[in-house]
Amino acid sequence: MLNEMDDSPELQNDGKDGDDDGLFDVEDQQKARTDSVDLSSDTSLVVDISDALSERDKVKFTVHTKCKGRTNILDTLTTLPEFSESDFSVTRDHDEFLWLHTMYDENEDYAGVIIPPPPPKPDFDASREKLQKLGEGEGTMTKEEFQKMKAELEAEYLATFKKTVAMHEVFLQRLAAHPTLRTDHNFRVFLEYKQALDVRGRNKKEKFGSLVKLVTKSVDEVLVTGQKDVDPFFERERTFVVEYHNKVKDSTARSDRMTRSNKQIADTYIRVSSGLNALATLEKSDLDNAEAIPESARFFIKVSEMFEKLRKVEARVATDADLKLSDLLRYYMRDTAAAKDLLYRRMRSLVNYQNANKALEKARAKNKEVQQAEKNQEEACNKFEKLSEVAKQELTDYKTRRVAAFKKNLVELAELEVKHAKTQVQLLRNTIATLKEETP
Amino acid sequence: MADEREPPPLFENEDSSEKSPLEEKTVEADQEVNLNDDANDDLFSDPPLLETSPAEDKPEAEDEDESSPAAEESGGGGGILDDVEVQEEPPKKEEKKEEKKEEEPEKMDEEEEEEMESGDTFDVDITVSDPQKVGDGMGAYMKYTVVSKTSDPSFKSSEMTVSRRFSDFLGLHQKLVAFHTTKGHIVPPVPEKSVVGMTKVKMGKGQEENNSLEFVEKRRASLERFLNRSAAHPKIRANTDFKEFLEKDEPLPKASNTAALSGAGMMRAFNKVMDSASKVVSKMDESDQWFEEKTQHIDNLDQQLKKLHTSVENMVNHRRELSNATAVFAKSCAMLGNAEEHTALSRAISQLAETEENIEQLQSSQAATDFYVLSELLKDYIGLIAAVREAFREREKTFHNWQTAQTNLAKKREQEAKLKSTGKTEKLPQVEQEIKDWQERVEKGQREFEAISKTIRREVNRFETNRVQDFRSVIIKYLESLMEKQQKLIQYWEAFLPEAKAIA
Repeated sequence: MLNEMDDSPELQNDGKDGDDDGLFDVEDQQKARTDSVDLSSDTSLVVDISDALSERDKVKFTVHTKCKGRTNILDTLTTLPEFSESDFSVTRDHDEFLWLHTMYDENEDYAGVIIPPPPPKPDFDASREKLQKLGEGEGTMTKEEFQKMKAELEAEYLATFKKTVAMHEVFLQRLAAHPTLRTDHNFRVFLEYKQALDVRGRNKKEKFGSLVKLVTKSVDEVLVTGQKDVDPFFERERTFVVEYHNKVKDSTARSDRMTRSNKQIADTYIRVSSGLNALATLEKSDLDNAEAIPESARFFIKVSEMFEKLRKVEARVATDADLKLSDLLRYYMRDTAAAKDLLYRRMRSLVNYQNANKALEKARAKNKEVQQAEKNQEEACNKFEKLSEVAKQELTDYKTRRVAAFKKNLVELAELEVKHAKTQVQLLRNTIATLKEETP
Repeated sequence: MADEREPPPLFENEDSSEKSPLEEKTVEADQEVNLNDDANDDLFSDPPLLETSPAEDKPEAEDEDESSPAAEESGGGGGILDDVEVQEEPPKKEEKKEEKKEEEPEKMDEEEEEEMESGDTFDVDITVSDPQKVGDGMGAYMKYTVVSKTSDPSFKSSEMTVSRRFSDFLGLHQKLVAFHTTKGHIVPPVPEKSVVGMTKVKMGKGQEENNSLEFVEKRRASLERFLNRSAAHPKIRANTDFKEFLEKDEPLPKASNTAALSGAGMMRAFNKVMDSASKVVSKMDESDQWFEEKTQHIDNLDQQLKKLHTSVENMVNHRRELSNATAVFAKSCAMLGNAEEHTALSRAISQLAETEENIEQLQSSQAATDFYVLSELLKDYIGLIAAVREAFREREKTFHNWQTAQTNLAKKREQEAKLKSTGKTEKLPQVEQEIKDWQERVEKGQREFEAISKTIRREVNRFETNRVQDFRSVIIKYLESLMEKQQKLIQYWEAFLPEAKAIA
């Protein structure tokens, strides 16, 4: 289905033929999309989603992996899992992605790492609803109007589809790029195992269980975050991350609303254009001389055509704002949440460490099981310190990532807005000039 | 005075002293055509002027204030017929006029055309401003300042300022409709009485609420358009009630029968129902192709305009939504900028917030333009079309009258024949008199019908020309505003771009 993207070059073609294969197609768009994250240039393990199918309720992704064959210990700098082939694909659905994320999240070894946020569930409900409403309202509009709106909705549906593909892809690509995470066994299974992973969607009990876990976690969080951190760096980070997360979440929601409104305006232009066309038809019919199109009719036709063109540009404006702004904010909302999780885990670990200390003191005081307590304490200490070290690096990376992504997207947003506004000005200017010319 | 008076006879112009200086002026030949229509009314005492007036016309470039003195005469002729108190002079004139009509019907049409194009250059420019709430609670009302500037010497002065309340406008409209529509003129629409809207204003604390402010502004603009359109119609401009409305310094007597919940209001509603019932019953046989086509055309136009109006209203609403959403986003963005720890990024995000704020201003002003320029124009035309329909209906009524008179005449003739055959001659003179009466009525009916038909044709043509021009100029204006908005958008985003690039 992705191949259908080629059919709507108008909508997509920014001229950004990234891989210079002469076509602005799937691959370029993927590159254009996965811009919220700047990935490392290490190409020893390359993952992408080469295809996707929408089957009733589910979307099936074709995950395609390329790796530098059998690892030669002398050649590679990083330890890659040993893949049996160098180029292979498997089919995965959304639940399997979630499973992968959970595996990472629950793995203590990665406690110090910011786990890339899982992709959101593919949601076509909004599009479906709109399509349904359109079908119901078919009687109230002309055939052309209906066709146009239908085409718009289909384009929207397609865009949503592509977005979800991109989100899933970015998730995998970040994992593949991360030196620690890429070595995970589960990751390898996910990429390689030909058959479906036995990961059913969580049943009610599990969902409830996870809900309970969430509640206890947030209660915990509150308790834990109440504690002052020993390290000023982390203290600062915590304050920042928590507040930032809130703000970003808010901004994301608002931005979404804004782009949605913008899209709606573009859609109403269709109706206006069609109404003007109808007026033009009336002018034509009310004339003795049926051959020459009266000037008044031409007038309306021109304006009607202009609105049609205008709406295409407006729709692009809305889409671009959605991509560059809303999606950016959304992604960093999730990433920040992941960072928050990291800090929480660290606090947990700190508390454990402090508890172990206390236990040790108590044991020493009572002179009972001192060795055990000492071992525990040492373990807790090591864990904590290792975690902190990794965390520091992760947080710094997160910052750099964020700043770079914002810069890139904001610049692109501004450039696109200017471009579209210029197009509109041009269009309007030409139309006005033509209309004024015809003044008798 | 205003309430009880019947619509003044069209030849008021003769009667009122105001007119005489006007007539003198017209003799000074270089005058513009407009004056001539008044002079032309008693033209038949001075036939030569009829010929010279068209000659005086220098076809001027489009002037929306068209008038056609030659056509005005026939309108005047039609108008006269309303007065059953037949004055000696008018009938003579009308006959003369009709002769002329028969002699040179085509020439008249051409002249009409010419004169319509050349138009008159007497402008009347009216502004309605400064809405003020007077009084409190349920008895409160809005008053407006009406300033009229004109070069038309038939007015008291070239610049007049008066204070009028909303019911005054409604009363004026009522009078104009009563007087003019029966002649087939198209009277511009006036905003409706809105119980909901006004209650908000009455109950609201002065100028604070946005909703009531908007409502008042919408109404003010609508009243202004009503007055200007009326002034552009040469016949309406000459109407004494209209003039009085613009000129009279004192408050006008309260037009009590415009109150929403009054006895008169009920009567009007009742009459409306009766009218529409009779419309269904007496569908006239349309022999005139032109009218048949036009009716169809008007109906179609009405439909399309209503649809377009709905679409534009949707557009306005969405734009308002967008403007709100953008404002909210801008605030949220500003907070995000504050929370951001990276200095350059923080600055950039704050810049973005500012940019979005500016954009929001643009959007809300665009929404206002959408509304006031485009949406209200469409609404006005829907109202005008309703007025056109009214004129058509009047014509049907006239036709009906004529037919009824014919039927009665035939009956009386029958009666006469019967009496003659049975030899009962006592009642004969009476019946013969009645026959004469009915004959006159038939002739009158026919004349009226033809007059109104002619007037309507002229009015509709004028309407169509105006419509096209109106739409054209409004749409161009609207497009220009759109373009301006986009240009400002470019400015804002281009200002933001270096900030974004500066993020290190």
